[in-house]
Amino acid sequence: MAEEIRIGVFVCDCGSNIAGYLNVKDLAEYAKTLPNVVFVKENLYTCSENGINEIKAAIKDEKLNRVVVASCSPRTHEPLFRGTCEEGGLNPYLFEMVNIRDQCSWVHMQEREVGTSKARDLIRMGVAKAALLQPQETIQSEVDQRAMVMGGGISGITAALAIANRGYHVTLVEKAAELGGLLRKLDKLAPSDLDASTLVAQQVELVTTNPNIRLLLSTRVEEVRGYIGHFTVTVNNNGEKEDFGVGVIIVATGAEVLKPVGLFAYDGERVINQLELEERFKAGSFSAKNVVIIQCAGARIDERKYCSRICCMVGIKNAITIKELSPETGVFLLYRDIQAYGVENEELYHRAKELGVRFINYDQAIPPVVEPGKVTVHHQLLGRELVLPQDLVVLSTPLIAGEDNEAISKLLRVSIDENKFFLEGHVKLKPLDFATDGIYLCGNAHYPASLREAVSQALGAASRASIPLAKGVMTVEPIVSTLCDEDACRGCGLCVALCPYGALEIERTEKGRKVKVIPVACKGCGVCAATCYQHALTINSYGDDQLGEQIRAFLNA
Amino acid sequence: MLDVGRHPKINLLAYSEVEEVSGEVGAFQIRVKQKARYVNADLCTGCGSCAEKCPSIVVDAYNVGLGNRKAIFKYFPQGIPSVYTIDAPQCRQLGQGKKCGVCAKVCQANAIDYEQKERTLDLEVGAIILATGYEVFDPSVIPEYAYDRIANVVTALEFERLLSASGPTAGHLDRPSEIAMEKEIEALEKEHKKLDRQVKQLEEKHGKTSSEVLDAAKGGTSIEGVDVAGWASSAEKLHGIEAVLSELHRKKATTHAAKKLAFIQCVGSRDFRFNRFCSSYCCMHSVKEAMIAYEHDNDVSTSIFCMDLRAVGRGFEEYKLRGGKQANIRYVRGRVAEITEDEAKNPIVWYESTANRQVVHEVFDMVVLATACVPSHGTKKLADLFGVELERNGFFKTHPLAPLNTSRPGIFVCGCAQGPMDIPESVAQASSAAARAAELVAPARHLAVAAK
Repeated sequence: MAEEIRIGVFVCDCGSNIAGYLNVKDLAEYAKTLPNVVFVKENLYTCSENGINEIKAAIKDEKLNRVVVASCSPRTHEPLFRGTCEEGGLNPYLFEMVNIRDQCSWVHMQEREVGTSKARDLIRMGVAKAALLQPQETIQSEVDQRAMVMGGGISGITAALAIANRGYHVTLVEKAAELGGLLRKLDKLAPSDLDASTLVAQQVELVTTNPNIRLLLSTRVEEVRGYIGHFTVTVNNNGEKEDFGVGVIIVATGAEVLKPVGLFAYDGERVINQLELEERFKAGSFSAKNVVIIQCAGARIDERKYCSRICCMVGIKNAITIKELSPETGVFLLYRDIQAYGVENEELYHRAKELGVRFINYDQAIPPVVEPGKVTVHHQLLGRELVLPQDLVVLSTPLIAGEDNEAISKLLRVSIDENKFFLEGHVKLKPLDFATDGIYLCGNAHYPASLREAVSQALGAASRASIPLAKGVMTVEPIVSTLCDEDACRGCGLCVALCPYGALEIERTEKGRKVKVIPVACKGCGVCAATCYQHALTINSYGDDQLGEQIRAFLNA
Repeated sequence: MLDVGRHPKINLLAYSEVEEVSGEVGAFQIRVKQKARYVNADLCTGCGSCAEKCPSIVVDAYNVGLGNRKAIFKYFPQGIPSVYTIDAPQCRQLGQGKKCGVCAKVCQANAIDYEQKERTLDLEVGAIILATGYEVFDPSVIPEYAYDRIANVVTALEFERLLSASGPTAGHLDRPSEIAMEKEIEALEKEHKKLDRQVKQLEEKHGKTSSEVLDAAKGGTSIEGVDVAGWASSAEKLHGIEAVLSELHRKKATTHAAKKLAFIQCVGSRDFRFNRFCSSYCCMHSVKEAMIAYEHDNDVSTSIFCMDLRAVGRGFEEYKLRGGKQANIRYVRGRVAEITEDEAKNPIVWYESTANRQVVHEVFDMVVLATACVPSHGTKKLADLFGVELERNGFFKTHPLAPLNTSRPGIFVCGCAQGPMDIPESVAQASSAAARAAELVAPARHLAVAAK
């Protein structure tokens, strides 16, 4: 036989925040008339020491088995009241909160009667739902305290070192035969003037001598199963497969430089891109009397709308290098907007000007024309065509997303944007996390970044990834999806496809294909439950019966 | 913010300043001064009854001077910890030696404590992160932009408050000149009401009309039992106010919310007189503010004057283009030379149109200055206190390959304290600085965790 439901309702005055605009006395009296309500108390501040003690005492004295607080926002106060219930000996999920401040007294400040009437409705609905609440247990899950970093460029190396230095084991997987990524191909770095190869050598030394890092070169990740704390990774090293477990994954797979085939008469000889120019610097084979650098070659155009962020600085850096190598060489840099954002970049821009690099703005509608021995550009300030002599044209091309990005995004069930760069969980608040827990990103895999930015992001991603590693255990609120009717589930997989967090998977059981919820990965958003036409899935504390009862209570005033 | 306030491992010391730093990496000793709030933070529930009843009205710094607050206040509604503070110099009781005590009377939590003293705390920490942010450049030092003289030239931050639904104009683009006019009308109406009452009382008492008294005053005759000169002066003043008021009302009827906006980029940035550097984020916040203004009112059109429009993040260039196509934004290449004002208080922008190679001028309803990001006031003092170096612009100095490290081991810096950057970059850097600090203190983890 089901236990008798005994609900206690606590109505908060919030000083005058609620009591000043609603008839709280009336609300308290009203609550007493609601089904299953055995105790009602009006508090000056329910969240104060007094209010908290009154809740605890009432749970004991009045044998309450459900608590409803009608006060402010669950965003700020639900954890406190749930904790209070627990301290009072009640399962914290037998608590329901009604927001009569933000939703009633504040928005209906000038309408006492209307606001009070709405608060009555909300309290009635909260009480109706509370009667159907079931106790829930917090979900705990062990975390495998090892990490995998995908990509051995400067971002991946930095992230791997940061995690290893905190004492956790890292497997660093690189598809190429050596570490260093794009940096290996570069000459000097700006603004530090350091040789890129020196930096790569230093970092490789640190990686290979770190006892916490296992380095897998010429290796591809083939499969990733599981969820935060429990990933199983299959890698393939020249045909040899291996499985290992990790708790977190960092994606640092970098980007590629666009080869501007078909643009500005690119031929790889007299018209080259910045990477090819750097290779000439490295090889000591650079020589030219007049160089014209053209920015936005293949970027900020209709087919590729985005600005690749770093190419202006690459162009300026290499213009400076040319002037330093060969002060007699004339250097023209044709640009649309000089993206020398920040302190250091703008300084480099000035330095280039001081060294005699000539900057000419061009309009996208009238682009420069490259012909043998000359470049013709429309000079806006002069209002006429200028013909610049050249024996070398260098195109500043954007970084484009890695060719594997689509495959990796499917492998890890993470998002990519319209340009196929990996997409962070939140543009402002979670720039280094994916929406899926336990997977992080940094560097050019995310979006073109300078060395300074890539290093910052890599350290940041390592920091984010270290949080579950350091905790060792994931504790998750039980307000998650649950398969409430296994027989009804047909294993269609619609919910799996729609889950934004990779929290569902289909498994084979004795009863056939069934969905399985991974509670630690679930955020309780409810997309799956709303989608399931069989009503096989539900969200704890937000089930059809509970929400239905709430709606019925609203309709039956 | 909320998470910080609630986190069991974060000891939040708001309204506090570091006074002394000693020791070295792994074992720093820090002395912190916690200023007196005159409110017991443990008892205050943040309900706001005190601020509602407080009689002292103060200009609100959070609304950049466009609105008011009380002497007991919360800096902004979502502030953490969610407790009130008395701004002592502005408080009648604490700062002005008057009898008041209203807040203590209305506080039902008994949280007001006029006797509260500042506290000194000594902390031991292994690593330090400086995240002291930046300040907005004061554009009044640029004479040609006349920020001080022209009411409808505002900073981006002021404009941001005007756009905010919780700001002083509830999100409507009322022009500062009109806001000032409203205030003037309000003050004059109050005075008018007072004088009118006085004159009416006199009329009733003596059974004479004001015009009779004015005639008498003109003719130099006296009326028995009446202070003719005094009455006449009040009546004249009243007429004067009425004339001014009717003129103001006439003007007000012709005003409208700002529809035609100009944004001027690089105000105090990329300008050798002030700061050579680029402030990084202002191009995008101008585009954003223009977009929001357009969304609020589709009749709004905007011109953004810039040397380069620096839209370098994911989706930024696309956002900029969308602004141009869908939100009436025009991007004008060039630096504005001067701003003047016409009789209707409209700012006039003078600039060289590089496309047409001509000096032109254009009238706008409001001009927004995209002001530079400059080092916070007191950064130099902090640098001395912590023994770290600054770069030439006064931001904390870092190295491109160790972007979070200051010049002193164990002290890290993130966000705009090391130079201008946008929110995602700041958030990413904050995690990175945490990683650096955590690497350092990893061996001592869990040794000094206090229960909350």
